[in-house]
Amino acid sequence: MTAPDHLEIRGLSVSFDGFKAIQDVDLTLQQGRLHFLIGPNGAGKTTLVDAVTGLAKASGHAQYRGKDLLSLKSHQVVRAGVGRTFQTATVFEELSVLQNLDIAGGVHRSAWGMVLARRSVPAYVEEALETIGLSELRHRPAGILAHGQKQWLEIGMLLVQDAKVMFLDETVAGMSAEEREETGELLRRIAPDRTIVVIEHDMDFVRTFADIVTVMHGGKVLTEGSVAEIQANPKVQEVYLGRSAEGAAHA
Amino acid sequence: MTDIQTRPTTATPARAVVRRSSLKPFLPLVGIAVLAIFLLVIAPAALTSFRLNNLGKYCCYAIAAVGIGLAWGRGGMLVLGQGLFFGLGAYAMGMHLKLEAAGPDAVPDFMMNFGSGVLPAWWEPFRSGPFTIAAIIVLPAIVAAALGFAVFKRRIKGAYFAILSQALTVAFAALLVSQIKYTGGQTGLNSLSTFFGYNLYDPVNKQMVYFITAAILIVMLLVTFQLYRSRFGELLIATRDAEERVRFLGHDPANIKVVAFVIAAIMASIGGAMFVPLAGLINPREVSALASIMLIAGVALGGRASLLGPAIGALAVGYGRTSLSEAFPDQWTYFLGALFIVVILLIPNGLTSVVPKLWQTIRRRRQSTAAPSTPSSLERMEASS
Repeated sequence: MTAPDHLEIRGLSVSFDGFKAIQDVDLTLQQGRLHFLIGPNGAGKTTLVDAVTGLAKASGHAQYRGKDLLSLKSHQVVRAGVGRTFQTATVFEELSVLQNLDIAGGVHRSAWGMVLARRSVPAYVEEALETIGLSELRHRPAGILAHGQKQWLEIGMLLVQDAKVMFLDETVAGMSAEEREETGELLRRIAPDRTIVVIEHDMDFVRTFADIVTVMHGGKVLTEGSVAEIQANPKVQEVYLGRSAEGAAHA
Repeated sequence: MTDIQTRPTTATPARAVVRRSSLKPFLPLVGIAVLAIFLLVIAPAALTSFRLNNLGKYCCYAIAAVGIGLAWGRGGMLVLGQGLFFGLGAYAMGMHLKLEAAGPDAVPDFMMNFGSGVLPAWWEPFRSGPFTIAAIIVLPAIVAAALGFAVFKRRIKGAYFAILSQALTVAFAALLVSQIKYTGGQTGLNSLSTFFGYNLYDPVNKQMVYFITAAILIVMLLVTFQLYRSRFGELLIATRDAEERVRFLGHDPANIKVVAFVIAAIMASIGGAMFVPLAGLINPREVSALASIMLIAGVALGGRASLLGPAIGALAVGYGRTSLSEAFPDQWTYFLGALFIVVILLIPNGLTSVVPKLWQTIRRRRQSTAAPSTPSSLERMEASS
């Protein structure tokens, strides 16, 4: 089951009006690992995710379960089992936490089921509420949630969608230390039967939770490896980690 | 709600919150019931047959307005051209009634005067009542679906969509005027004296048409009530507020919008169809750009995102138009315009948004008077629950 489930990106390039935002990226994303994507601003991390989720036009291949994601539209990518979050949490502010999660389950429902009202809370929604720790706040409008809670709600929505591949774009940015810790634990809990890719700037967070790290720079993959390998890599230190690595040594 | 939750004992308030949240969704049914009693019991008893007939016309606007509430209030599509669909339904009905008035095998009078005196082939099927009823529903659905797919798949929205829909309505009205041989031109289809075999000069039959119209309005409100509480309703709001985000739920927002747009078009068409026997005629003025704007204005006045707001707003605008134009034949449009400005400035969410606000203020006041002695307020809550 694991073998066909990995997402294979080969020769992926994105250009905007001649500017090559991403050049010839190869990346293999395997199930069960917390895969971190790091790199300085403008390295092309978000663009890469945009390309795979139908938001940016790209050349190359992104094979997942026999489908080339690059040929699909955004909503088809989601139906193929690949979900994502955005840098700014985008939950439906006027809907309650419960409604936000329930609405994410729409991919599993027939058109006719849409005409009916929700009578009870579906088991998978209840499970997601439990996993993201928002059970108590289920009737709150999502708009009044704290920043961190919104991000968790987004992850919960991906769980309800049953996204097997999750791209999380700077999920812990702006979170408190405690919230980061909880987010990391949450990701650990859900990682075993999923492929989780986290775009991140916070090196402490990367060090604590990453199983594997891919470093991007100038639209290309610089290197890939464990946290230790990445930190030891002189090229990485040069373009990106230099100061952080020193800072970590002092800390 | 927040000040309930900060209180020390949470058990009873929590239960009260759950109870309220489970009953609240059904509150609009009370509103629909009140409106039904007013339209079906009180109004027929209190109004003269002339006034009742007028109220019937306002109900037709209200039926179209309910659809606008769905498409605009909930779906975020500014449908400035619902006159097009109102007109499709109205002319379909008008053609049937015109043929009925002319009698079997006969040709409508205006065709004798302006045309060749031969009934065009596409008029022929409208001799059949069932075909006409089917056309009133299917025709606008096809047009709205084709238009909707063409527009929403290309991600055209906002002002561009509004202008497009308005332009189509203007074109439709111009077409009706220019094709006098087929449509009766500026005069439209008039002298409609029967409705599916019932003589419309008989007050009893006229009242029956009113009852049918009012009942349709109530049914449309019930349909919309169900749509609003359904998962589709939630998805529609989600699409209105964050269309791009909806893509990442695995839905093509264009499809969701097309469904809402088609339902709105069918409602407008049904409203237009019922307008014809009540007015006894249909002409391009009733389906023009101005008529479309009047519909939108009613919806805005009542409150576009609420269930009852659009219907009540449309009834109010219809009534306001009639009574103002009777009292001030020349200046009534200014009064109406002033009213809109005042409403939009002071209560942008429409008249119906005032009710829940008042309700909240009253409750807050009651709570704040009860707040100093916590136990007694809890007792009161227990007693009331």
